[in-house]
Amino acid sequence: MNISESKDFLVSSASLKEVRAFSREILEKININEDLKDELVLAIAEAAQNIVKHAYKNIDSTTDKMEIKISLKDSELEIGFFDKGRAVDPAHVRHRKIDDIKPGGLGTFFIQQIMDAIVFKKGEKPWINHLVLTKRI
Amino acid sequence: MTYKVTEKGNISTVFLQGEIDMDVTDKAKEVIMPLVEAKKEVHLNLKDVQYMDSSGISVLIESHQKANELGTKVILKEISKSVLKVIMMAKLEQVLNLD
Repeated sequence: MNISESKDFLVSSASLKEVRAFSREILEKININEDLKDELVLAIAEAAQNIVKHAYKNIDSTTDKMEIKISLKDSELEIGFFDKGRAVDPAHVRHRKIDDIKPGGLGTFFIQQIMDAIVFKKGEKPWINHLVLTKRI
Repeated sequence: MTYKVTEKGNISTVFLQGEIDMDVTDKAKEVIMPLVEAKKEVHLNLKDVQYMDSSGISVLIESHQKANELGTKVILKEISKSVLKVIMMAKLEQVLNLD
């Protein structure tokens, strides 16, 4: 089964619920267990949250949209995130040390735990950032 | 997210309901932190929380650490399966007070 679906979302924490609903709707079409579905929804929502939190840091409200594209081809699930926020320097994207217990810094850790690969690409116009998460399912 | 708070002696129980993500963490903190700062023992009942992300986990850590600092505690009660999974993914099951 091949899938390729995308949707735009306002860059806002208020969109995260909608991001989860969209992700779940697509993942329901794929024959995977509920636990993996929950994990993938979490990973997708965390990546979207990172856009709101980091690419749009110090921007209280924006009318910008981010695009999320979920594709499945030959058992390879690929999730693309496109945004027009501040350019992300992959060298600066890291989670906190897991034994250094403090609030924050866990979203990227969750994504790494769940997905097989995380690749930051330079976005092609009009996008600034293009993040690709992949997982073989 | 919705919530209900009950009081019994020095124990405040916060029944959280719904999904706890970045969009509602301020609201969750506004409910929980004043109780911790009042040095109440705070029980967070999580049986009706269907989803929690890293922002929600941050609220649990922050309230737990503040409670420790003030000589009280936050205890997580009736943790739903989905929340427990995220707590374990964050390797916090030995750090937070789980009941």
